Amino acid sequence: MNLYEYMGKEIFKKYSIPVPDGYKIDRVTDLKQYEFPVAVKSQVLSGKRGKAGGIKFAKSGDELKQESEELLSSKINGLQVEALLIEKMLNIKKELYLSITLDRSSKAPIIIMSTEGGMDIESVPEDKIHKIVVDPLIGYSDYISREAAEFLELSGDLKKQFSPILSNLYNAFMGEDALLMEINPLIIDKTDNIIAGDSKVTIDDNALFRHKNLIIDDPEKTALENEASSKSFTFIEMGGHIGVIANGAGLTMATLDALTLHKLEPRNFLDLGGTDNIEIVEEAFSFVLRAKPEILFVNIFGGVTKADTVANGIVSSKKKFNIKEPIVVRLSGIHEEEGRKILMDNGIKAFSDMNSAISELAKMKGVE
Amino acid sequence: MVVVNGNTKVIVQGMTGHQGAFHSGEMIKFGTKVIAGVSPGKSGTKVHGVDIYETVYDTLDMHPDASMISVPAPFIKDAAMEAIDNGIKLIYILTEHVPVQDTMEIVAEARRKNVFMIGPNSPGITVPGECKIGIMPNHIFRKGDIAIASRSGTLTYEIVKAVTDAGFGESTVIGLGGDPIIGTTFSDVIKIYNEDPATKKIILVGEIGGSEEEKAAAYIKEHVKKPVVGYITGRSAPPGKKMGHAGAIIEKGTGTADSKIKAFESAGIKVADYPDDIPKMLK
Repeated sequence: MNLYEYMGKEIFKKYSIPVPDGYKIDRVTDLKQYEFPVAVKSQVLSGKRGKAGGIKFAKSGDELKQESEELLSSKINGLQVEALLIEKMLNIKKELYLSITLDRSSKAPIIIMSTEGGMDIESVPEDKIHKIVVDPLIGYSDYISREAAEFLELSGDLKKQFSPILSNLYNAFMGEDALLMEINPLIIDKTDNIIAGDSKVTIDDNALFRHKNLIIDDPEKTALENEASSKSFTFIEMGGHIGVIANGAGLTMATLDALTLHKLEPRNFLDLGGTDNIEIVEEAFSFVLRAKPEILFVNIFGGVTKADTVANGIVSSKKKFNIKEPIVVRLSGIHEEEGRKILMDNGIKAFSDMNSAISELAKMKGVE
Repeated sequence: MVVVNGNTKVIVQGMTGHQGAFHSGEMIKFGTKVIAGVSPGKSGTKVHGVDIYETVYDTLDMHPDASMISVPAPFIKDAAMEAIDNGIKLIYILTEHVPVQDTMEIVAEARRKNVFMIGPNSPGITVPGECKIGIMPNHIFRKGDIAIASRSGTLTYEIVKAVTDAGFGESTVIGLGGDPIIGTTFSDVIKIYNEDPATKKIILVGEIGGSEEEKAAAYIKEHVKKPVVGYITGRSAPPGKKMGHAGAIIEKGTGTADSKIKAFESAGIKVADYPDDIPKMLK
């Protein structure tokens, strides 16, 4: 789950990483009298927020109110602005880049730094970037700070300030089960203080049981997706017309791919998971139906999930939700013949292989 | 045959749980030597006639070779460390939703102790006629000379069944797991399959996310003479969205299906559009 800037900065504060003085508001009436000038920053999960007009500046209370009103009623890169972070303006001398993320290849945390902060790290040349992989069982040691400070050309008091910032960022990364903690820019101001100018934090969804304070609706999911997630379904809305229920993430993805190759557009991703329970099948239908598909496609390879259980779940869902949309089913694996018979007896088309089922869908949509 | 055989002695950590009990029963039916279960608080009981012990240490007299770990995600790190530190040389983690930092530490410890680790979030390893550790359905296999490695579960069964139904058989099938960090990856497994005398042809079932398919493709180009067929899923996945597998996510333009398909094709690997097309590409 990606966190908003203000949430990431709260974590930074908790780990003694300096951030600008500031506060978050949801509405203009929450504005406080403050030392000016201030930055007014839209809290949206989108890159290039500044270029899109999501960051404004105010020199007086009137300006602050006006800018806040405008931002709170606007969209930045297509996302509605729901909150603002009001921060004391910094006098910037230099901008650095610092992040810790997961390196899939070395299977360990990796620290990434650059003297070229404030821009997209992808556009920084390789020789301006330095990376340090940390052995998770050895953990952080001060030599890492010394190596990083040298690359970032920090010495004297700046080096003294920087060392705990990096070790604290590592502690925050491990302590909060992060997948990414990025400070871009890491600012050196004109009075030579190092401050985190921005925050980009991603927390591992699978570790939220250790961080109950962070359990919030994922801002990047639709209401229906969040509701499904609270019921332990992975459900993703897409733009098309074919409602999809399949079992196993891999098979569900393969189903969407096969539909797309046939120029059929899936309405959603829904992984039924390894269940052998009619009620879970019904619940899956209830989510897909609320996404209003034109046709429903169920693609099941029976194992732990028995094909006849799914067939009974489809028949009972059809009655329970009074489904008028056509349903096409592919059932294979354990109890497939029983399953297909149950469906045929109830007037639902059932196939044993995926290609035949998809050809049928293509015929129905007239794309073949 | 790779990694395991008919003599591999397996313990199951979490054998008294719903999943653990069901799947160890299926493993016993398959012919796997399940010698003991470990479930703290349940020692002295039996599952499928197999004794349950309090700790992994208590099973060491029986010289276990491998452990299947099926405990809830919050307890995986503890269970895996227990197996590794008691000298078990193969661990397989079935459980999904394991915090990735826990996995990172398990992988680092497994490496240090030279332990072969499969998973997490994996359906396991099957060598038809010899041994199955994991949850793949028993009835889809036939002993043969085709080795399969995959990052998914159900899709693997789909492909195994298609291969079997087309008259072929499998030498070894390994489900690597759907997480961003896993013990054994494509680049490890391709070397093993290449050296395995029982394997004549190889199927790699990849998906979006990471760069393991690309690395395996580079190795194949240099070293592998056996025919390889590939399949990549997630072509239609929108960037930034996690489609069930935490490992299957397109981040900042990396790990796309296109890049993987291109890497496969440039290594001379035939790439199937649909899972059903794989068997005819083996001919």
